[in-house]
Amino acid sequence: MRRDFILSLWRGRLRVFALAALSALLGWSSAWAEQSTAIDLAAELQQFKDGSFDDKARIVASLESSGDERAIAILKSLLAGVLYYRKHDERVVIVKETDDGYQLSDVLNGESLGDVERRDVKKIPINNALRGQLRGALARLSLSHKNPAVRLAAVKEIIKDIDAETVPLLRQALTKEADDKVLEALRTGVAMMDVGSDDKAVRLAAIKNLGETLLPEARQHLQALVEPDGEADAAIRLAATQALAQIESRRQVYGFLETVFFGLSLGSVLLLAAIGLAITFGVMGVINMAHGELMMLGAYTTYVVQLLMPGHIEYSLLVAVPAAFLVAGLVGIAIERGVIRFLYGRPLETLLATFGISLLLQQAVRSVFSPLNRSVETPAWMSGSLEINSALALTYNRLYIILFSLLVFAALLLILKKTSLGLQVRAVAQNRDMAKAMGIRTQWVDALTFGLGSGIAGVAGVALSQLTNVGPNLGQAYIIDSFMVVVFGGVGNLWGTLVGALSLGVVNKFLEPWSGAVLAKILVLIFIILFIQKRPRGLFPQKGRAAEG
Amino acid sequence: MNSRKQISPLRCIVGAVALGVVSQWAQAADTIKVGILHSLSGTMAISETTLKDTMLMLIDEQNKKGGLLGKKLEAVVVDPASNWPLFAEKTRELISKDKVAAIFGCWTSVSRKSVLPVVEELNGLLFYPVQYEGEESSKNVFYTGAAPNQQAIPAVDYLMKDVGAKRWVLAGTDYVYPRTTNKILEAYLKAKGVKNEDIMINYTPFGHSDWQSIVSDIKKFGSQGKKTAVVSTINGDANVPFYKELANQGISAADIPVVAFSVGEEELSGIDTKPLVGHLGAWNYFMSVDAKENDAFIKKWHGFIKDKKRVTNDPMEAHYIGFNMWVKAVEKAKSTDTNKVVDAIVGVTVPNLTGGTAEMLPNHHITKPVLIGEIQDDGQFEVVWETAKLVPGDAWSDFLPGSKDIEADWVKLKCGNYNTKTKKCSGQNF
Repeated sequence: MRRDFILSLWRGRLRVFALAALSALLGWSSAWAEQSTAIDLAAELQQFKDGSFDDKARIVASLESSGDERAIAILKSLLAGVLYYRKHDERVVIVKETDDGYQLSDVLNGESLGDVERRDVKKIPINNALRGQLRGALARLSLSHKNPAVRLAAVKEIIKDIDAETVPLLRQALTKEADDKVLEALRTGVAMMDVGSDDKAVRLAAIKNLGETLLPEARQHLQALVEPDGEADAAIRLAATQALAQIESRRQVYGFLETVFFGLSLGSVLLLAAIGLAITFGVMGVINMAHGELMMLGAYTTYVVQLLMPGHIEYSLLVAVPAAFLVAGLVGIAIERGVIRFLYGRPLETLLATFGISLLLQQAVRSVFSPLNRSVETPAWMSGSLEINSALALTYNRLYIILFSLLVFAALLLILKKTSLGLQVRAVAQNRDMAKAMGIRTQWVDALTFGLGSGIAGVAGVALSQLTNVGPNLGQAYIIDSFMVVVFGGVGNLWGTLVGALSLGVVNKFLEPWSGAVLAKILVLIFIILFIQKRPRGLFPQKGRAAEG
Repeated sequence: MNSRKQISPLRCIVGAVALGVVSQWAQAADTIKVGILHSLSGTMAISETTLKDTMLMLIDEQNKKGGLLGKKLEAVVVDPASNWPLFAEKTRELISKDKVAAIFGCWTSVSRKSVLPVVEELNGLLFYPVQYEGEESSKNVFYTGAAPNQQAIPAVDYLMKDVGAKRWVLAGTDYVYPRTTNKILEAYLKAKGVKNEDIMINYTPFGHSDWQSIVSDIKKFGSQGKKTAVVSTINGDANVPFYKELANQGISAADIPVVAFSVGEEELSGIDTKPLVGHLGAWNYFMSVDAKENDAFIKKWHGFIKDKKRVTNDPMEAHYIGFNMWVKAVEKAKSTDTNKVVDAIVGVTVPNLTGGTAEMLPNHHITKPVLIGEIQDDGQFEVVWETAKLVPGDAWSDFLPGSKDIEADWVKLKCGNYNTKTKKCSGQNF
């Protein structure tokens, strides 16, 4: 109905649009007659600029039904938010951001109109309702796109507010579709309309269909049927109730998997934060309160790397990982050589000195980079989520960070077990005097070990820059957690740190929906306190003579 | 002769030093001191340093215009370092030692609550520029930020009427401002007929960064077929990972819009705003507002701070209004004496930056327009809705059972919490 109405209302204007677009293609000056219609399109755009949001909605609908390539381009630039107008002559333009202003180009023929200052142009405002309409319009236009992912997104957009007018579009697409996921979505869309059909058999089939999908819209339609005032027919009600139960049980399974994933991802962040500490605190026995600040330095290194390679955000993280390792590692070595080496065997003084260093580093960053948070961009390959089905989607950034943390863990394990440095580190940790007697330069090993632990903290900072704010206080948020993990897992045991971090993450995430985020954290802390009472050496205590040293 | 010659330059020096001291004294007596109480270090430095610069700019500008009552203004800047008890100590120092005529400062409600007994005891003046939870009115404090009825309630109205929201998520950081605001909003929503199961309330610690489960819960809560909106009183920093997670889990502003009360231009300038486009902010001022006063203010700000990329925000406007009101009141009272200024300032009107005027009300709150803006990809807000008239600030919410009978009026009643039922003023309430 809606579309018919709009079509009839706008048929007159459509012709103008087609002509206008044509004339724009041919160029403005080609013929006088076309020019007059082109002015009409300009007037239309003008109306769009000044109109209320209702006017804009109507104009968008008409642009959509015109089926014109250029109209689609206008819709796209409108959705992308690059449609502006010049303040002095009110001409509608497309803008492209430059370093200190905007580069303008004409809407109709793309002709460049020069650079202007930011405040010389004003954006044509759109709101969420209009954005939804634009997305719907573009979705209907991209049902036959060659990329299945685009088609799937389009179908999902359409079934959000499906009506009798759009179903034929879906039925038509159904006959041509080959991709399984898109097929499922299309069938759901069609079934959602069939539920309201007159034929009982069709309705029952549709309900069965809806019961097999996890799309939230399907559940809403079924829910409407089983509401007390929803459906009169008992057989239909029964079928809908069964379908809902089927959906619910599948959702529960996926909900469980989702929580496990959330837990693992929280655990992997804890692991990254703690694993450097597992070296400095666990192996060397140094209580380093500046550990969090070393992570902060890593995060700031990511920011600087992105500043240095502005055009290559996609690769910036790959460069930032070694850079952060070096920066944090060198700062770590400097801290060890400058302060900590005079304080071995005096934990209280070490604690105070490193706490002082942490404040020093924070204020240094405040002075150099300003107290404001810095914006670290997320590369495209880390945004969005891997959609397994409508009930379970794994966000890419978390997924990569889980993998990354395991990689860092494996690399560290290799260094400690397979290299001569690792051998020396273990020897010094077990018996310093004996190692010295064997000709190991223990001071040099101390510095390198501390550098290694600090460097890994820096690498963790790169990962954190993708999850949280990069600011002077970044480190403080993680220092308690990292000590918690290392103590829980067993001091001096890397595997303990791994198991400790992951299990704390999962426990936290299972508690959270039940108790809320604040209480979950408190409960985990209480649990650790009780646990340490029972097993003061953590999950995996070191055994044998090494444990006594 | 010889010895005299030797002494004379020394005398000159002594004389010069003495003269210098005297002239400094004279100068000190000739200035009106203005205290600036904003954290320049610690967690709140991110928001508050800008306000210190704003005040310095306003004072500088007033001095160029010839000062106040024929005297120059002198800024006294102190750093309470995001440390709440230190706010009280610094206030005492400003009033007792530096003898400032007025203090412009504080950001968090905790810091205001810690300053409050001190300004009341020493009879000082505090201009507080940030939107807050209400439920307070002091003789010595002027609230130039928004009260809940000037921000939270209109935002909910907009979501209800224009967006058609039926289910509500009230998400906040776990401290006094979100808790009180959400209490008011919950009572308001229920008064509007929203059922209990359609409201979800969630609190998170300061600086929360792991939003996975909460966003997933919001997603589930929002996929029940009714239009869902999130009202966020999440504080500063924690917003970034929150919005990032929303985007990553595929929730766009068109599906579930989030309206935030603590996210302004300054906060947005530190983050990648692409995932936020279309989410909403409710304030009384946006940098993008097209008004002559605003353009002039932005130009002055860029000139003062010497950086064209710096943004302006709502609390800056509040200081602009508060400072101009104080200047007008001092001129009207012809004195900086606290009691005279308090009497003179009620009813003072000054232009705000959005093309209207702000008036100081008897309850020490001001009139403001309420604007709802959608976040754009350049970190600015685009106004999508605004109140038709100026909204007078209400100190005591009409939607909380304890506070709806309480009234604040410092002209007729001379009381900040007068109970209209028992006809009693219960004194200052902290």
